Amino acid sequence: MNTLFDKIWDRHVVQIVEDGPTQLYIDRLYCHEVTSPQAFDGLRVRGIGCLRPERIFCMPDHNTPTHDQDKPIEDSVSRTQVDTLAANAKQFGLTHFGMMDPRNGIIHVVGPERGLSLPGMTIVCGDSHTSTHGAVGALAFGIGTSEVEMVMASQCILQQKPKSMRIKINGTLGKGVTAKDMALYLMSRLTTSGATGYFVEYAGEAVESLSMEGRLTLCNLSIEMGARGGFVAPDEVTFEYLKGREYAPQGAEWDAAVEQWKTLRSGDDAVFDKELVFDAADIEPRITYGTNPGMGIAVGENIPTLEEIDNAQRAGFLRSLNYMGFKPGESLLGRPVDYVFLGACTNGRIEDFRAFASVVKGKRKAERVTCWLVPGSWMVSDQIKDEGLDVILEEAGFEIRQPGCSACLAMNDDKVPEGKLAVSTSNRNFEGRQGPGARTVLASPLTAAAAAVTGVITDPREFI
Amino acid sequence: MKQKFNIIKSRCVPLPLENVDTDQIIPARFLKATTRDEKFFGDNLFYDWRYTSQGDPNPEFVLNDERYSGEILVAGKNFGNGSSREHAAWAIAGYGFRVVISSFFADIHKNNELNNFVLPVVVTESFLAELFASIAADPTMTVTVNLPEQSVTNDATGRSERFEINGYKKYCFEHALDDIDFLLDNKDKIESWENQASKY
Ligand code: SF4
Repeated sequence: MNTLFDKIWDRHVVQIVEDGPTQLYIDRLYCHEVTSPQAFDGLRVRGIGCLRPERIFCMPDHNTPTHDQDKPIEDSVSRTQVDTLAANAKQFGLTHFGMMDPRNGIIHVVGPERGLSLPGMTIVCGDSHTSTHGAVGALAFGIGTSEVEMVMASQCILQQKPKSMRIKINGTLGKGVTAKDMALYLMSRLTTSGATGYFVEYAGEAVESLSMEGRLTLCNLSIEMGARGGFVAPDEVTFEYLKGREYAPQGAEWDAAVEQWKTLRSGDDAVFDKELVFDAADIEPRITYGTNPGMGIAVGENIPTLEEIDNAQRAGFLRSLNYMGFKPGESLLGRPVDYVFLGACTNGRIEDFRAFASVVKGKRKAERVTCWLVPGSWMVSDQIKDEGLDVILEEAGFEIRQPGCSACLAMNDDKVPEGKLAVSTSNRNFEGRQGPGARTVLASPLTAAAAAVTGVITDPREFI
Repeated sequence: MKQKFNIIKSRCVPLPLENVDTDQIIPARFLKATTRDEKFFGDNLFYDWRYTSQGDPNPEFVLNDERYSGEILVAGKNFGNGSSREHAAWAIAGYGFRVVISSFFADIHKNNELNNFVLPVVVTESFLAELFASIAADPTMTVTVNLPEQSVTNDATGRSERFEINGYKKYCFEHALDDIDFLLDNKDKIESWENQASKY
């Protein structure tokens, strides 16, 4: 009651269906090439168009190669999917940022950086990491393709109202500890289903003091605890970030909007269905050791022993370790690394490249490691050049690729080979996620950078 | 796909693993299709578990085990977490499953099943454990899912539980109607909402 979640949700209720879900109005629909084609087909079968085309933005990101984007995509199936999105956007009159358009990139990076995602909005996309946009103070959540079609047809969605949870993180983060570590910590504490059925409001000093990039990383990972979405109430950091961005309101309209957005706060008397409080001082740089993002430890800790695992979970635990090639109870420090991936909608923003560069500056990439540094968008790519980070990275032996999802889910040709170990700044370490048989350790950009220069899993605090 | 659902009595396929994520249900490389070809997705359901890296059926995996068949998939806790890909639900439907029984479903996947006329049935941990035991004891045993009464019965032991589904969705299942049909009938409400909404 009287939570920010309630306020935004309630404002968007079109009707509550009797003994059923709520019909919720949607301010923005984002579409990428993988989860939209069947929705467009559905509209054609029904013989209808998009109800509010001006509220829908499309861009390819999952299949885009990270090199030679000015040439046709070599993989014909990927090319078909990307071309299909362009053709559909055209047919239905939707805005489309195609490959090589300076506004192209991963949707969850582009939406906030172009000012398309704004406080108080309801935002959906056929993609679970839509929760990312919650960082600007919006209710943003992932949906399935049938639901994408639903929103195209009616600008509404039918949903059961989720419960609300507040996660407060008090205190200040230690040196070398990032928003990514905060999220990895929460996932280990809550497990991958601990927040299922909830919308999470992140609050507390440690959250408020995060930059917008940090908040985007934190909200991005909400889904990995099972949450429907996660958000941070908008404040000066938010307004400062959004001001002047292409699609954000301008001039007098901006001032009026900010006045409105300042009211977007949970009341002092707000009642949440669940409240959790953590202390930032307990969080260290973290890595995962298993095949779901909740299987994590502080970088210097040992993998749990079999005795520390619940009886019911032991089979799954052993199966995961077997896949990863790890043993119960062992430390991962010093373990050789084959691949490092910096990027994804989790950590493909400018701050992540700054963090990575700060560690590798003046050092050399380890021989054994293949590194993919993939900006989340062309805007990030340009910022990297403007700030001279490209020079630092190139001097250290790294190459910057072109933007897209890349090795996060390996739908393009950036695939980690079977049995190889990758330290990745993405969000999922599922079996085969980065390529069939690939082994993924999730970590922050700092930890990834430390692995990239040492060739082994390393505590990044040694370099800070 | 759109088909009426009433009572289903069927043998079961057991998958007693927890946290089965949608990347396992349908790996990302099968998401490149641009049509909703159920047969294609059904054929690739659980691909990386179902086939060896050489592409041969993996005899260890339950879908390749002739003792098991049926329209009901019984899975461990937290089924369908991870990616929102509806392709996972298409694969389950395409393979021929009409019911998934588990003690816990991830949110988005649960909605995706519902939107594809696959009924997610949530049961208690103890019902689930007993069901796995019954299937192990006799792979030919059946389960009856009765939507009008919202009950699920382990026919081997006679144990029965009530499951939840809201009245609206139940009606949709019984009459093979989907949400878009409903929303298109409610356009006037959408316009009146838009007329009263403030810009920010
Ligand atoms: S970067 Fe990864 S998680 Fe993010 S949208 Fe792309 S594939 Fe999904």
